[in-house]
Amino acid sequence: MLNLQATIGAGREFTDEINHEAGTDINRCYQCGTCSGGCPLFYAMDIGPRQVMRLLQTGLGEEALRARSIWICATCDTCTVRCPREINVAGVMEALRIQARRRGYRIPAAVRKVRILTDLFLGSVRRSGRIFELGLVQGMKMRTGELLKDVGMGIPMLLKGKLSLRPHRIRGRAEIERIYRKVQEMEGGSR
Amino acid sequence: MKLAYYPGCSLCGTAREYNISTIKVSEKLGIELEEIPDWSCCGATSAHTSSPLLGVALPARNLAIAEEMGLDVAAPCAACYHNLSAARVKMDRDHLLRKRIEEIIDRKYRGKVKVLPLAEVILSRVGLDAVRDSLVHPLAGLKMAAYYGCLMVRPKGIVDFDDPENPTKLDQIMEAAGGEMVDWSHKTECCGASLSLTGTELCVDLVGRILERAAEEGAECIVTACPFCQANLDMRQAEAATKLKTDFRLPVLYFTQLLGIALGLPAGELGLDSHVVDPRPLLREKGLI
Amino acid sequence: MKRIGVFVCHCGTNIAATVDVEKVAESARHLPHVVFATTYKFMCADPGQKLIADAIREHALNRVVVAACSPHMHERTFRKAVERAGVNPYLMEVANVREQCSWVHRDKPVGTEKAAALVAAAVAKVARNVPLESGKLPVERRALVVGGGIAGIQAALDIAESGYHVTIVEREQSVGGRMAQLDKTFPTLDCSSCILTPKMVDVGHHPMIEICSYSEIESVEGYVGNFEVTIRRKATSVDPDVCTGCGECWNRCPVKKLPSSFNMDLGHRPAIYVDFPQAIPNVPVIDRANCTYYLRDGKCRVCEKVCPTKAIDFTLEDRLVKERFGAIVMATGFQTASLQQYPEWGLGTYPDVVTGLHFERLVSSTGPTEGKIKRPSDGKEPKSVVFVLCAGSRDEARGRSYCSKACCMYSAKQAILLREKIPQAQAHVFYMDIRTAGKDYEEFYMRAKEEYGVNYIRGRVAKVYPEKDHLVVRGEDTLLGRPVAVEADMVVLAAAIEPRADAAALAQKVGISYNRDHFFSEAHPKLRPVESNTGGVFLAGCCQGPKDIPETVAQASAAAAKVVQMFSKDALVSEAQLASVNEAWCIGCFLCQPVCPYKAIQPKEIEERRGRDKIKRTVSSVNTGLCQGCGACAVACPSGAMRLNGFTDEQILAEVDAVCL
Ligand SMILES: Cc1cc2nc3c(=O)[nH]c(=O)nc-3n(C[C@H](O)[C@H](O)[C@H](O)COP(=O)(O)OP(=O)(O)OC[C@H]3O[C@@H](n4cnc5c(N)ncnc54)[C@H](O)[C@@H]3O)c2cc1C
Ligand code: SF4
Ligand code: SF4
Ligand code: SF4
Ligand code: SF4
Ligand code: SF4
Repeated sequence: MLNLQATIGAGREFTDEINHEAGTDINRCYQCGTCSGGCPLFYAMDIGPRQVMRLLQTGLGEEALRARSIWICATCDTCTVRCPREINVAGVMEALRIQARRRGYRIPAAVRKVRILTDLFLGSVRRSGRIFELGLVQGMKMRTGELLKDVGMGIPMLLKGKLSLRPHRIRGRAEIERIYRKVQEMEGGSR
Repeated sequence: MKLAYYPGCSLCGTAREYNISTIKVSEKLGIELEEIPDWSCCGATSAHTSSPLLGVALPARNLAIAEEMGLDVAAPCAACYHNLSAARVKMDRDHLLRKRIEEIIDRKYRGKVKVLPLAEVILSRVGLDAVRDSLVHPLAGLKMAAYYGCLMVRPKGIVDFDDPENPTKLDQIMEAAGGEMVDWSHKTECCGASLSLTGTELCVDLVGRILERAAEEGAECIVTACPFCQANLDMRQAEAATKLKTDFRLPVLYFTQLLGIALGLPAGELGLDSHVVDPRPLLREKGLI
Repeated sequence: MKRIGVFVCHCGTNIAATVDVEKVAESARHLPHVVFATTYKFMCADPGQKLIADAIREHALNRVVVAACSPHMHERTFRKAVERAGVNPYLMEVANVREQCSWVHRDKPVGTEKAAALVAAAVAKVARNVPLESGKLPVERRALVVGGGIAGIQAALDIAESGYHVTIVEREQSVGGRMAQLDKTFPTLDCSSCILTPKMVDVGHHPMIEICSYSEIESVEGYVGNFEVTIRRKATSVDPDVCTGCGECWNRCPVKKLPSSFNMDLGHRPAIYVDFPQAIPNVPVIDRANCTYYLRDGKCRVCEKVCPTKAIDFTLEDRLVKERFGAIVMATGFQTASLQQYPEWGLGTYPDVVTGLHFERLVSSTGPTEGKIKRPSDGKEPKSVVFVLCAGSRDEARGRSYCSKACCMYSAKQAILLREKIPQAQAHVFYMDIRTAGKDYEEFYMRAKEEYGVNYIRGRVAKVYPEKDHLVVRGEDTLLGRPVAVEADMVVLAAAIEPRADAAALAQKVGISYNRDHFFSEAHPKLRPVESNTGGVFLAGCCQGPKDIPETVAQASAAAAKVVQMFSKDALVSEAQLASVNEAWCIGCFLCQPVCPYKAIQPKEIEERRGRDKIKRTVSSVNTGLCQGCGACAVACPSGAMRLNGFTDEQILAEVDAVCL
């Protein structure tokens, strides 16, 4: 049986951290379920945003770091705009994702691709200052092994000149590199 | 009127036709767009989902340059608009954050410039009367569903373009262009675009639900202001239709493309050939091209 | 010779546990003018009061300090006690050593030190107090009731039955209010009009009650016991003294299809109309904005032609009537929230999304469907209805944080009525919490579930949207932890109960305060729940806060009792701690005037000697009938001319010095 007295105490620090990062106070949540009810992806999640709030309230927030939901969340903010308690629900989901990465949580296989994409994306911006879409798609295929996926779509797009074959590099690349490095320094070299 | 133009990465790639049509329509309506020199990526969702600071710093660089130009920013891409706007609001609210960001980007930022989606520029700076006055081919008889998605309207406070549940500004513009707008329930339901490469099946479900509702209300095409929504609703449409055992054939267009037609721009210059669901048969049928 | 006595209360252990009361008394004995100090277990109890009285006599005390609980609790008690022993009640001060000391400290030495300081301050003040006398105000023994809903009706009947005259000012054509719109009422399911109509008839016939319907308050002047109220009697175009209420006119009026607000716009009414068949007064009014006569100058006149008594008079005009009243009962009730801020629920977009009040009209046999529940879009009998609770209530994010109190119960009632009328229909209720605090209420709710098979789903609705020929209601079943979608033919939103749109404006006219939601504020949430902050103005029903009929009736009777209590006195005793102007010092700047929330300050002309000349000068003067002793003016006054008796600068500074020096 769950000893709530103990979990609430033990989890307080983590809950505070998430509150701080999301700029919100999840203790205000009264578990109405509006967030989950309107979430377009709740049907595919293991636990909905409401349950995530409850885990945090009861000091079990770290369990949420293992939930698939935080990776499925599309950051659509539907939950946030409807929450009657003014909780930044999407922000909490995002804060949890950031925490999960920082703490090196194993990301569920089905959604590992999100992380790969993010890394590729940020890498691309760091190198060129802008996004190289074709490079992204290619990188995604290399890293996930799904070489054939969407090829049917990529070729017509190439032909229509939508995906350029070469990345556009901005002049201020050094400036971008400096921005990345400074952010890393300030955030404690987490990446 | 003159504005700093922030096209963003998508408009230079997959959403080329949005860029072209934006530039043409702006010319026609007397909006002077001056591209932000050497602009860089706004970081899209990837930056702020993995680092709060980077998520503000990347857009802030562009805002700072725009400030040097002394111009408000027009950002047609919903995602760029969202990110630039979010960065602006966050720095407005948090003085310390602004200081840190200034240090990171090594530029001055005073929070002087506004960020406007193109639709807002048309609505509040050009005016619907001016749009009506410039019509050449009113979009008469074309039933459209305006789809806003997430980034343009949510969350309130971060973006302030329109109502998060029942936005109407795109509808107003297209109505002024002579189109017939369907009032429908899924204007702002998420299409899952941010999962398009990673959770394709989820995406297909969400796209299917949205298209189903648009079709049920009698829409013949969808207009949007977001490259991600456009790509997602367009490219996943076939899969979604198969899954739902139906056939939608709902072209998904940028509002600027249709506005361009209405303003009499040559159809060949609006990138109508670059969609997966080809809009041309429909437009021909309506006598618009 | 000032002779001060200090009485320190233990309050059982409430004070004594954290404050060494003996030490406090001992330290008091060394204060200037203190000739006696003692402690007692319960100073407010009879023996405690007697102890004070005895000490006054024995030690010839002429000033008293009681160190006890907050003056909110017992200041009046102790004032009376000293008065009985022959000391002016304003020569008694309370030192609050409970709420401001023992309850907020844990450490006894600290508590003791602070209590001693508070006593020293009170002693310093009382030494500078002067005797104050209350004045007497005459009372006009007639009551005004604003709003003729069940609250106003009940209050009027109770006051009139006690023998005093009452005027009801009702905005609509008829009295009755919301209750007249309801079908059946929880928890007994008795028919609303069956219990309301007899009361309406009673007020209609009562010799001591005058109903001014189709009327509004224009302005209120004066003060407790002596209000002067201007009532706007809107032009009805019908002479009430002649009309017999035969109904010829409204049956024959050619303009038939105007939305009937009584029926929540679900039904129609003609241009000359009564709100509903049992209307009191049973005299129609012409809706001039929609009457053909007024729209097309002089055409039509059908009603005039058919009226057997020649009661129609198109030339009638609004009349302003001035009357005097001693007391006012505010009973303006509520409206339900428009829910425009909630596009995701589709009220106003989808015709089959309605509010609870609409639903009442749809089940009522006097309603537009004659009691057959039909959905507005196509008249189809609904087979599935979803009730959405807390629609707009308990939502701080969109501006209403409070609970509307009646909707849990009335929604259960409506679900029952649905199941009774259409047994094969399903009733679903989305709820966050079910609040059934009331006699027989929980049992009623259980019956809805057990006997009537109403399906309760715990979750707040996220979105309502159309699909084919029905609506889909989406939310989370939070007990399952799964998303659910319920197909519904109709959705009934339990829209938040809020004050009438003009409540704040009316409050300002009458001079009473209201909270941030615009409900009128009671003088004390527990101990003075039916009095407003302004003397002589009382509150009843939903204008003070959401409530159901039993509570409304109870509050209305309580307000009536307060009015009657006031009228039963020969004269009113005015507050003694009021503002007064030192005319010699007043420079006539009138900075005090706008800050007075009770409009008690007026300019006054005085004659003054300046050397050998006599000059005229305008200074401030305080109307002691209106002044409530808030002190705002004294703070604003730059010359020190305005002062609040009992709280003069000298007195307050003496207190501060006693603590700080
Ligand atoms: C859908 C619904 C169902 C309900 N069902 C039940 C039930 O079954 N049982 C139950 O106990 N309670 C029920 N209630 C609650 C009940 O309606 C209220 O408790 C009751 O009507 C309150 O009465 P009132 O006199 O305070 O207000 P009202 O009934 O609103 O009366 C106020 C009167 O004042 C008049 N007025 C307003 N402003 C002015 C003005 N400026 N000047 C002059 N006149 C003015 C109005 O025209 C009206 O006649 C229900 C409420 C709702 C919304
Ligand atoms: S909507 Fe807000 S209050 Fe309701 S469950 Fe979600 S987070 Fe909690
Ligand atoms: S932001 Fe995430 S959790 Fe919130 S509604 Fe969208 S997908 Fe669901
Ligand atoms: S016809 Fe005349 S008497 Fe009859 S209700 Fe109308 S106004 Fe009154
Ligand atoms: S009474 Fe019930 S339905 Fe109404 S606001 Fe309160 S909890 Fe919600
Ligand atoms: S104390 Fe002054 S401000 Fe307050 S009510 Fe009296 S006159 Fe008005």
